[in-house]
Amino acid sequence: MTILHTVLGPRIVVAVNGDLDLKTAQPLRDALDQLIDRYPDKNLLLDLAEVDFVDSSGIGVILGRYRKLADRHRTVSLAGVKPALRTVLDLAGIFSIIAVVDSPVRKEAEQ
Amino acid sequence: MTNRMTLRFLSLAENVGLARVAVASLASQIRFSLQDVDEIKVAVSEAVSNAIIHGYLGQVDGWIQVDCLLDNSGLTVTVEDWGVGIDDVELARQPAYSRDPERMGLGFVFMESFMHGLTVESIPGQGTRVEMRRLVTVSGELSRDAQ
Repeated sequence: MTILHTVLGPRIVVAVNGDLDLKTAQPLRDALDQLIDRYPDKNLLLDLAEVDFVDSSGIGVILGRYRKLADRHRTVSLAGVKPALRTVLDLAGIFSIIAVVDSPVRKEAEQ
Repeated sequence: MTNRMTLRFLSLAENVGLARVAVASLASQIRFSLQDVDEIKVAVSEAVSNAIIHGYLGQVDGWIQVDCLLDNSGLTVTVEDWGVGIDDVELARQPAYSRDPERMGLGFVFMESFMHGLTVESIPGQGTRVEMRRLVTVSGELSRDAQ
């Protein structure tokens, strides 16, 4: 798994590449928590366009960051969610609490 | 067609991906759709993750065995560990039950949702055996072969 972050306006955009499972959950959690602390006034946007697999370990990281940021009146949103991930995220109730938006990085690249 | 596979590996987080990719590759030998295979991968990932996290409590020297039986009607996957076991299987299968606040107790939810049958046997102090079956479906209905 690799992650690449960019700060765009009010958001930290984190592009994740790889599977989100037990192996990658802890490194991803640590990396996101560092970014959340480093940019204390920014919201988090996770770009999952290069993620083909998520299980409950990966969802735990997303929900954990959602809770952490909600406590600080900040938000998490998702972009680039592939069809293969939708069933799992839907079953976990992610879409009822976390918004899915267009990827701002790709949008800029296309312009 | 009948095919079998047995995988035996240590309780390392690295092996969660190994197990799901191997089982997915086997599942692709019969008429599962891509979505079926994606869902089987999630169920296998959950069962193996549970063995590592809850069976061996993160210790990396425990053995996990995955046995698969494939035939034209579907795939049976058994994931077994020889770890600490589960005191109360019914409680552990409840949707919100988890010892880890970030895991949300979703593991069994995914296994039950994505497979057509789930059996959990556990003896405290001896280990846990999870058996899951996924049947071939045609347009969401069970195929004639599977009925």
